[in-house]
Amino acid sequence: MTEEKKISREELLATGENIKAQYNFLVFITAVDYPERNVIGMVYHLRSLGNRDTLIIKIDLPREKPEIASVAGIWPAAEWHEREVFDLFGVNFLGHPDLRRILLPPDWEGSPLRKDYTKPGVIKRPETIK
Amino acid sequence: MNDLKNLKTEEYFLSMGPQHPSTHGVLRLILKLDGEIVTGATPDIGYLHRGLEKIAENRAYIQIIPFTDRLDYLSSMSGNLAFVLTVEKLAGIAPPPRAEYIRVIMAELNRLASHLIWLGTFSLDLGAVTPFLYCFREREKILDLFEMITGSRLTYNYMRIGGVAADLSAQFIKDAAAFIQDFKFRVAEYEALLTQNPIFLARTKNVGIIKADKAIAYGLTGPMLRASGISRDNRRDFPYAIYDKLSFDIPAGTVGDCWDRYAVRVREMRESAKIVEQALSGLPEGNFKTKVPLSLKPPAGESYAPVESPRGEIGFYLVSNGTAKPYRLKIRTPSFCNLSIISHVIKGWKVADVVAILGTFDVVLGEIDR
Repeated sequence: MTEEKKISREELLATGENIKAQYNFLVFITAVDYPERNVIGMVYHLRSLGNRDTLIIKIDLPREKPEIASVAGIWPAAEWHEREVFDLFGVNFLGHPDLRRILLPPDWEGSPLRKDYTKPGVIKRPETIK
Repeated sequence: MNDLKNLKTEEYFLSMGPQHPSTHGVLRLILKLDGEIVTGATPDIGYLHRGLEKIAENRAYIQIIPFTDRLDYLSSMSGNLAFVLTVEKLAGIAPPPRAEYIRVIMAELNRLASHLIWLGTFSLDLGAVTPFLYCFREREKILDLFEMITGSRLTYNYMRIGGVAADLSAQFIKDAAAFIQDFKFRVAEYEALLTQNPIFLARTKNVGIIKADKAIAYGLTGPMLRASGISRDNRRDFPYAIYDKLSFDIPAGTVGDCWDRYAVRVREMRESAKIVEQALSGLPEGNFKTKVPLSLKPPAGESYAPVESPRGEIGFYLVSNGTAKPYRLKIRTPSFCNLSIISHVIKGWKVADVVAILGTFDVVLGEIDR
């Protein structure tokens, strides 16, 4: 059974705490960019390993300043998924233990998976690899 | 002697990878070491990032299938299958029964090939050369079978939306059946070399334990999750193709150590052989592909159809706006999620054990970096 829920970003942490006993397995977190609505839509795909139910949580964030609380404290698996969304969409996760770029070099500019991202003409060689 | 007492020691950092034979690809682990003991680890990934999710937004659906080969290049069939199932689910296309059987046969043969590579390279990591030669001998036969039908040996580009690219020939069916008969005895050969080998046991038993609750919390899937005692497998939990018509077991471990992960994969090979045998004997006659327009336009909406790859759950989260190109394609890959636990598992172990633990993770960097 698949259920879908649309909530506001303020409700995320409280909702997560409520449902984490049932939906104990985080499948993935991702985002979708909707420039015409001026929104970045977060998608949390959760599953219950007990009865195999699926819950999809969707949250709209403003495109100019996308910020949301990190759920890494509720589902540790979120740590890398949130780093990926931060890397490719530029969403800021408040309270994340280690928010750095994960796939792109640390000095990359821009958020490639946003719809208005333009390919840089010249790709800089990273000076230092930490 | 007094001088020795005055010696100062300090922790130091060791960069393991990105070019290192036992990281199985371009994975870099920055290890913090106290002597030979790992006290901290930071994985560094992204060396193989090709931006497939962005590329997919500018391609027609059928053009994306070859890219899915290059995610988990050791089991391209699973990547192919997960993508076409997702599109079929959204567009409401039902492949003919023969195609469903062919898909399962190919996916399971690919699982065997992938597990054989894993077993060979893992035993090589631990210093045992013989199993490597045995495993590659059998894998070669599977690749020959794939080459007969798809024309390629690694990136097959074989699944199509609405079926498969080519029908199985009579020769393939004969050879595959003969191979499976032979293969059952070969698994016993590998086990004779490793399962109760004292050196192997010393390197793997109780090494790198992942407890069940940790495994769930970090989103592990596939043999990694099952080795920790959680019997979860998408082939049974969310049956796709014809898996609900086949009888097979889901092997699970108890402790969650390196040996359990080894044992789960070896037992899975036996189960996969059983599945191929059943699918080959039940293969119905008929079409291998339904007619699907070349520039397919699925209705606006989203879909996700998880598939059990040899490494765990691979799935494509597809958002369509009704055009011929996906609006967004998120690729959920098992190795990415499985690797995220590594820094917690290798803490406290020696560098040589890191090689063994990472070996049992069975990561493919192509699908981590995408």
